[in-house]
Amino acid sequence: MGSVLREAWTIAAKDLRLEFRSRTAFLSSLAFTALVLAIFNFARDPTVVTATDLAPGILWITFSFAGLLGLNRAFALERENRTLEGLLLSPISRHAIYLGKAMANLVFVGLVEAVALPLFALFFNVPILPVLGPLAGVIVLATIGFVAVGTLLSAIAVSTRFAELMLPVLMLPFLVPPITSAVQVTARLFANRPFSELVAWLKLLVGYDIVVVVTALLIFEFTLDE
Amino acid sequence: MTPIATAERSVRRSAAWVIAALALVAAVYVRALAFTPLEATQGAAQKIFYIHAPSAWVAFLAFGIVGICSVLYLVLKEPRLDRLAASSAEVGVVFTTAVLVSGPLWGRTIWGAWWTWDARLTSTLFLWFIYFGYLVLRTAVHEPGQRARFSAVLGILGALLVPFIHVSVYMFRTLHPMPVVLKPGEPSLPGAMLLTLLSSLAVFTLFFSALVWQRYAQATLADARAAAQAEADDHA
Repeated sequence: MGSVLREAWTIAAKDLRLEFRSRTAFLSSLAFTALVLAIFNFARDPTVVTATDLAPGILWITFSFAGLLGLNRAFALERENRTLEGLLLSPISRHAIYLGKAMANLVFVGLVEAVALPLFALFFNVPILPVLGPLAGVIVLATIGFVAVGTLLSAIAVSTRFAELMLPVLMLPFLVPPITSAVQVTARLFANRPFSELVAWLKLLVGYDIVVVVTALLIFEFTLDE
Repeated sequence: MTPIATAERSVRRSAAWVIAALALVAAVYVRALAFTPLEATQGAAQKIFYIHAPSAWVAFLAFGIVGICSVLYLVLKEPRLDRLAASSAEVGVVFTTAVLVSGPLWGRTIWGAWWTWDARLTSTLFLWFIYFGYLVLRTAVHEPGQRARFSAVLGILGALLVPFIHVSVYMFRTLHPMPVVLKPGEPSLPGAMLLTLLSSLAVFTLFFSALVWQRYAQATLADARAAAQAEADDHA
């Protein structure tokens, strides 16, 4: 297990180093996220619906779109440079390849979220500081579920025609459980509801994360060419 | 017999079954319309129940088959399992569409709205999205082995997602009580209606099997022809 994690981290570090050198994907994802947040401003009437009512939905729709954009990157680059064969020939397990790609995606999406969150608080005047700890926890949980499925599906999508369109079509139904839970928990956090009101949603979120991570680890190898 | 001839015979036989099943569906409908009592409060609108409910049952059956065939395919790598999964998904999407079309038609007269974000409605809609995506994916991959593997992976993920979506939308509804959703609960059906319902379930299942068989036979025929063509190309 230790060696799988070490190998996975090697792959993740390679992907992140590549990303850090060019920063194209990261910067464009950030710009995209900021734009989505700004455009939401025109889609609401502040005199009718208060910001705190609308905020959880805005936050999670923004995060989903930002995440979707970043996910194809992991395998698209390998494919463009024809390096996937090299990765497959190297003496590392398929589990490590999946985990490495998922970890790099997690860091990537996490960084975008970390920049988007303060921006969101600023634009919509939502006091996030008092609930920052629990909110960060929910974001991590939902992002894990999102990235676990997304990494697996992007490995499929990059080998198809219309890869950019294929990933969202396959992926969006899989966002229903994590995004619904995350929106519900976020709304209750902003409204200062007691923890007992969150438990059911958190259980669903954690259950989903466990199921998708385990399943993805088991079936990832079938997405690679033999 | 050559594989092509066998497959052609299978296409013809399954076509006969499709026609027979269709005749039985018509017969059940004659019974539903003419020989089953009108529901007291809903009147004639309730007749759509005998399309709606069996279609929903068949849709779930179809996607169950897709899930099972997907798991088995990854273990056994048997192309027939992939063909069965694909045929079942295709017919399943057709029946899910029937559910989503007959539902609003019924809902308009009984609930007063074409669409409500009722839990069961929402999960059926996402069921449709998942398996529509499955069919779209199949059209986007050329190499048969790769297509089969990708589809199986998505088939497994989809089957796991269905219960999660179901729970999410139910919790979403129960924690957010909507303005009265007039949902006719499972009515305790009188005998005559129950018999009509049960026969429609049986007949729809038969109709579904015949369609899947027909689709499967066509896929087998297409594969047999492709193989023969490849062989002829090799000789040439």
